[in-house]
Amino acid sequence: MQRRCDAVTSSLKNALLALGLMVGLGAAPAEAQNVFRFAFQGDIKSLDPYSLKESFTIGMHGAVYESLITRDKNLKYAPQLAESWETPEPTRWRFHLRKGVKFHDGSPFTADDVIFSANRVRAPGSNFQTNVPSDAEFVKVDDYTVDMKLKTPNPIAIAQFSTWYIMSKAWAEKNNAVQPSPPTATSPSYAALHENGTGPFVIAEHQPGVRTVFKKFPGYWDKVESNIDEAVFTTIGNSATRVAALLSGEVDWIDPVPLQDQPRVESSGNAVVMAGPELRTIFLGMDQSRDELKDSSVKGKNPFKDKRVREAFYLAIDEDTIAKRVMRGQATPSAILIAPSLYDRSGEIKRPAYDPKKAKALLTEAGYPDGFTLTMDCPNDRYVNDEAICQAVVSMLARVGVKVNLNAQPKAKYFAKVLAPGYDTSFYLVGWTPSSQDSHNILYEIAGCRNDPKSGRGGWNLGNYCNPKIDEIADKVEQETDAKTRDALIKEGFDTIQADWGYIPLHQQALAWGVSKKVTLVQRPDNMLMLYWVSKQP
Amino acid sequence: MLAFLIRRLAQAAVVLAVVGLIAFAMFRFAGDPVNQIVGPDTPVSERAEIRKSLGLDDPVLLQFGRYAGNVLRGDFGISYQFRQPVTTLLAERMPATLELAFCATLFALSVGILMGVYCALRRETFLAKLFQAISLVGVSLPTFLIGILLIFLFSVTLGWLPSYGRGDTVRIGGWTTGFLTVSGLKALILPSITLGLFQMTLIMRLVRAEMLEVLRTDYIRFARARGLTTRAIHFGHALKNTLVPVITIAGLQLGSVIAFSIITETVFQWPGMGLLFVQAVQNVDIPIMSAYLLLVAAIFVTINLVVDLLYTVVDPRLRTSVGRTA
Repeated sequence: MQRRCDAVTSSLKNALLALGLMVGLGAAPAEAQNVFRFAFQGDIKSLDPYSLKESFTIGMHGAVYESLITRDKNLKYAPQLAESWETPEPTRWRFHLRKGVKFHDGSPFTADDVIFSANRVRAPGSNFQTNVPSDAEFVKVDDYTVDMKLKTPNPIAIAQFSTWYIMSKAWAEKNNAVQPSPPTATSPSYAALHENGTGPFVIAEHQPGVRTVFKKFPGYWDKVESNIDEAVFTTIGNSATRVAALLSGEVDWIDPVPLQDQPRVESSGNAVVMAGPELRTIFLGMDQSRDELKDSSVKGKNPFKDKRVREAFYLAIDEDTIAKRVMRGQATPSAILIAPSLYDRSGEIKRPAYDPKKAKALLTEAGYPDGFTLTMDCPNDRYVNDEAICQAVVSMLARVGVKVNLNAQPKAKYFAKVLAPGYDTSFYLVGWTPSSQDSHNILYEIAGCRNDPKSGRGGWNLGNYCNPKIDEIADKVEQETDAKTRDALIKEGFDTIQADWGYIPLHQQALAWGVSKKVTLVQRPDNMLMLYWVSKQP
Repeated sequence: MLAFLIRRLAQAAVVLAVVGLIAFAMFRFAGDPVNQIVGPDTPVSERAEIRKSLGLDDPVLLQFGRYAGNVLRGDFGISYQFRQPVTTLLAERMPATLELAFCATLFALSVGILMGVYCALRRETFLAKLFQAISLVGVSLPTFLIGILLIFLFSVTLGWLPSYGRGDTVRIGGWTTGFLTVSGLKALILPSITLGLFQMTLIMRLVRAEMLEVLRTDYIRFARARGLTTRAIHFGHALKNTLVPVITIAGLQLGSVIAFSIITETVFQWPGMGLLFVQAVQNVDIPIMSAYLLLVAAIFVTINLVVDLLYTVVDPRLRTSVGRTA
């Protein structure tokens, strides 16, 4: 209360000063502290680390919460709250916890908090249930040792641990936050507005959708690379305003910088565009399950069930031109559905070259010498230049005689349509980042057969491309512990998808951060801004 | 009088109910909220379950009835995005919008009247023609373009004023104000001009036309004949009589300034209710959308009601006619 009064009186003084002198303009208030200001197009939706799986929000949680195992600057595993870990048996993992770690409320971190968090993250209402294997049983060995027992061997059991943040058991129990707040909750959630992590920053102020202030946590267990004392986050939804705020020096970091504004930022002299490949792969999918496509001129059969038609579509699309023209060079053409940094052997699979002549011949052979018409679904506010990519695809397909009616909509409408029960789409564009950062996720979610509605397999296989061989491979990949054999299996999986012409991978779009020249930071391909690597010249 | 009031209140309730119903019918076309509130790898079965428990599969009328029932009990629901009560969120954002609307109206009135008077009195001067030209720009350029032009001139090129946000605010009880800090006052300038420019143009043209009209009337000629100073004639007599319609228009426009601050708030990332609404539309946050639309409808209904009541107070002829019909 005292502090608030002080703030009022000092602000009053400021105001009087300004009114009295009438020279408020141009005078910047003196900043004793090193403050990093940054703006993103969206919000930090909730402070509860189990509520929404969205890259930016998760990255922000990572400043205040910590996980057992984190990812370093190159996305490799690194110890955090677990000092070390081992697998005495393929089905048992042992984690040795760090001693002397304190939560922001001062209470010590122990094995009880790990077990509590393992239960909470898998409780109903959590959006991170798949981060921890559902069959895993957590056992406390002593205060600083925890065992995770699995039913079957799982080499990627810890792949998503870096975004499974550890919460305090006592704090959650005290504040009625033992269960994650589900989207359907009818009462406000305490954990959505407050935090109590072990990380290097605390949240000093959080006004949802407006502004969030991070301050250094004095009791942090480790040395922090960052030299900033305070970080102020603001949402700026309007792209032009966001770029203006960076150019005028009001913020030090923005994401994203629209493609058309990048030369302007580069030439401004006080900021640069940091571009790098993102983990997300943009691809096209085709409905291979319906017996007759919706809104198509072909009646009584589904042309996409014919492999030659799928091949023709693939060959008719000139991805190099899309990357060069539509994406202005800010995209890397891709032959598979996963980013090269996530799969070591990705370079061995080549993208078949653009060949409209062969495409036309294949269509004729399949019985469509004059092509046909169909509808394509496309978002227009989700990925970089998504609608423009679809327009390019439409005009390229027109050259081989296929008339595509483009249905481009905002993401809220687009996903409602394509994800509706029964998956209402014939031909669509989607971007995907495997949350486990592993190929198994692609083989399971994107390329797995959508036969059993109860299982999550093929959940994002909107066109139901189905080859049972992929499912077999995915199941083997899930349990294979030998890295070499595993990579060979994955390669077989991706080769099969390509041989079936099951999907049309396009590219990995580039990240585009606008960064002030005063700031140094780390850009990881997962597009998470980690505050503990941010430094700013005072 | 009482009967008139009761009838008006009943009409207001009907208007609110109709707004609510139309809004609900439209939400079906805004998209599916479930995909916005869960992450991408949520299984289909779980999505369906959430959709069902939110009642999104029910017919529109049933959804509306349930919502109306809750609203009558004072419960506006919980925001899907923020998991916080909608009333809290709107209350937090309301001061920003009201302060912006107040400053924009103040700017529109003061500058608009000054320019209007000048244009009426010195019709042939260069400055008057310039003002007329500016007013054309104000009417024809869209708000977002004006806002972005101002940002690029005053924030990026000159570096004088902030390009986004409210600056530092001071909390007094449940109200946050930007009036008490330097950065808060500076942050108000550009958005107020952007939001008020259209109203300013309107007022300027109205004042100019009215003033020219009044200056031709007999009592002004008579005042001149009495040998009063030009100053007393222009400002003591002419302007006073010009202001009556101006006040009516300004009052009515206040509602639209509050309701249509959406674009200005989006351009300047002004943390008011309009911005909250835009974010809600993008994320299909139905509880926020419906509460905001009801609130805007309520503001308009209230302003109209007050204006109607004021008329009867000001004009005795209306009072008798109301009395007779009632």
